[in-house]
Amino acid sequence: MTATVMQASAADNKRPFDGKDAKLVLAHLLVAFTALLLGGVAGVLQGLVRGGMIELPSEIGYYQILTAHGVLMALIFTTFFIIGFLYAGVSKTMGGKLLGVVSRMGWAGYVLMTVGTILGTIMILANEATVLYTFYAPLKANPFFYIALVFVVVGSWISGYGIFTQYRYWRRTHKGSVSPLFGFMAVATMLVWQIATIGVAITVLFQFIPWSFGWVEKINIMISRTLFWYFGHPLVYFWLMPAYMCWYICIPKIIGGKIFSDSMARLSFVLFILFSIPVGFHHQLMEPGIAPVWKYIQVVLTFMVVIPSLMTAFAMFATFEQTGRAKGARGLFGWLKTLPWGDVRFFAPFMGMLVFIPAGAGGIINASNQMNAMVHNTLWVTGHFHLTVATTVALTFFGVAYWLIPHVLGKQLTPRMNRLGIIQTIIWLIGMFFMSGSMHTVGLFGSPRRTAYTTYGDHPDAVFWMPYHVAMAIGGTILFIGVILMFCNMIALMRAPKGDEKTAAEFPIGETADAAEPTPKWIERWGVWVGVLVVLILFAYTVPFGDMLVNPAPGSKPWVTW
Amino acid sequence: MHIHRLEKIWLAIGVAMLFVFLGVIGVGAFAMGMQPPTGHHTIDPEKVSETYPFNNPGLEQVGENEYNAYMIAYAFGFKPAKMEVPLGAKVHFQVTSPDVVHGFQITGTTVNLMAVPGEVNHYTYTFDKPGEYLVLCNEYCGAGHEFMATTIIVK
Ligand code: HEM
Ligand SMILES: [Cu+2]
Ligand SMILES: [Cu+2]
Repeated sequence: MTATVMQASAADNKRPFDGKDAKLVLAHLLVAFTALLLGGVAGVLQGLVRGGMIELPSEIGYYQILTAHGVLMALIFTTFFIIGFLYAGVSKTMGGKLLGVVSRMGWAGYVLMTVGTILGTIMILANEATVLYTFYAPLKANPFFYIALVFVVVGSWISGYGIFTQYRYWRRTHKGSVSPLFGFMAVATMLVWQIATIGVAITVLFQFIPWSFGWVEKINIMISRTLFWYFGHPLVYFWLMPAYMCWYICIPKIIGGKIFSDSMARLSFVLFILFSIPVGFHHQLMEPGIAPVWKYIQVVLTFMVVIPSLMTAFAMFATFEQTGRAKGARGLFGWLKTLPWGDVRFFAPFMGMLVFIPAGAGGIINASNQMNAMVHNTLWVTGHFHLTVATTVALTFFGVAYWLIPHVLGKQLTPRMNRLGIIQTIIWLIGMFFMSGSMHTVGLFGSPRRTAYTTYGDHPDAVFWMPYHVAMAIGGTILFIGVILMFCNMIALMRAPKGDEKTAAEFPIGETADAAEPTPKWIERWGVWVGVLVVLILFAYTVPFGDMLVNPAPGSKPWVTW
Repeated sequence: MHIHRLEKIWLAIGVAMLFVFLGVIGVGAFAMGMQPPTGHHTIDPEKVSETYPFNNPGLEQVGENEYNAYMIAYAFGFKPAKMEVPLGAKVHFQVTSPDVVHGFQITGTTVNLMAVPGEVNHYTYTFDKPGEYLVLCNEYCGAGHEFMATTIIVK
């Protein structure tokens, strides 16, 4: 059997989703969108405070809501959505339902992560953990904040094992065939997550928890920061890869086309695994304690992700053009007109893709070694990741929700919901244009991120920033309307009318183009890829990290400065 | 495995540009001395104010219009609280923290470093324009973070 045969057929896409698995998927999406709503409340307040338009009541601190925003958006919204989406696709493409044990692992992971989320949120609301979502030592939160993080991470590990288990079962029962593309990519994404979280797990378990309980007196700051950023950059690929899955697998089907090349899609994911991890120093370029040559080496490794990114861009536009031409489009750009602009399942992720072009360009600046000094810890950086994660990734996830929720429930995506979805996307784009645009600009002028309202004693530089902060607040308010609409849309999708075989929303899984060759088997040699990755990690980290361990700087006592 | 001809061209151009770009950054950093801030020079954070040179923060002349500036970033301020630098001076900043992590950013310049307890960070900058420069902390350090600023007067 060849790879092409194994891809789901059109009939599979319409087949009703397993009822038990639907509950698991929806449970994840509910937490994700609740986190988005609460995070959105925090976000709009931050914008209004920094714009000088409101003051928070004295019981709530700016940095307290900023911690809530970072945790709920960057960690909770993303992780819950991703796991829900991956489980849905794994169930759909690898057997039509989850194995009993896999379903149990999914629920176990879900419960652990939810408990962790609630515990963490309580700690933040109690002002016991105003350390921001990066919790840099030696700021010391209540130990239960770190324990909450352990719950979230361990829960996500168990969910990851569930995906690996279903994948292994599928391959055992389909000897000789190449796995479905969705399954392959889900495994790749979870592999990045498992390997990346080792860093944060080590620092939390062996440094933060004993130190915050007072069992050890001091913590080594550079070691904890290096372990954190070993995790922090692949974290962003853990967000992006599921978005790419929608682009590679679902978008071709939605626009009525074919996946351009199954093998190139897989190869790009392998390259993302290799080049997303051994690169954490590009977040530490302005720090002491790391030799310049090692910073530069990791900068070079960072830039290797350009290769799979260019492959992804090529595959997307090749699919668009091929589909358009098959529909009879002519001229250099005639195919643009044949794209389904009025279909939110396409429109929202496509806008995410477009935004990724300036977002990626900004990322190149951030990672450029000495050039980082222009933007490090300014609002530019905040503007940057509101394009990458809060637009490219978020809009893609929203686009997925419009078919995923009705599909798992056997319901319809009605024209009215579709229209609301388009409106939601446009609101998001307008809000983000103002918010992220002014963050980028004022960041270049030097306005710092993570800083409550201040004019630094009316210093002329800071006074000059204020109009941009006002624009940022206006953009943030528009975005907040977008968040509320998205939450309402999610509820409405759950209550949509039932569909039958023809009208129910489908799970769009693309087929590979006829001309694409069968996928080579070596692409699924995970052992080889992990081996290469380990070599790269050892190369990038052994000397500089070894130096931190062998010649450690004096440690720090805990500090509670809020 | 088949790669489309246009994709090969696209990737070749992309990779070529990438290596030119990395070359430019590398030459800038290593041949022209435009390094990011650095230094592996440790200090006990609890003894910063007793340890040379931070027992006497401020400017120290080391050459003709060339200075070392020893600065402490603490929650929530900088030592020395006010500093004057002669116009055109080349200043070698050395920055550390006795408590939590802070930032040390001078707006309108390329001075932007992390003050990490236990380590001393280094960066050199030449002040070619007169004025009152804003120095601010750009890493969250606690409830008073937004008040953590000072100025450097260049004249
Ligand atoms: C209603 C929509 C949103 C608004 C109004 C908003 C607003 C803001 C503002 C004003 C800041 C900067 C605060 C500062 O540095 O002082 C911020 C930070 C941040 N935002 Fe958003 N945001 C929104 C949505 C999102 C989404 C969807 C995500 C991610 C999925 C996200 C992730 C983050 C992160 C990670 C930070 C950094 C937190 C930190 O520095 O510790 N935001 N947001
Ligand atoms: Cu990164
Ligand atoms: Cu600060």
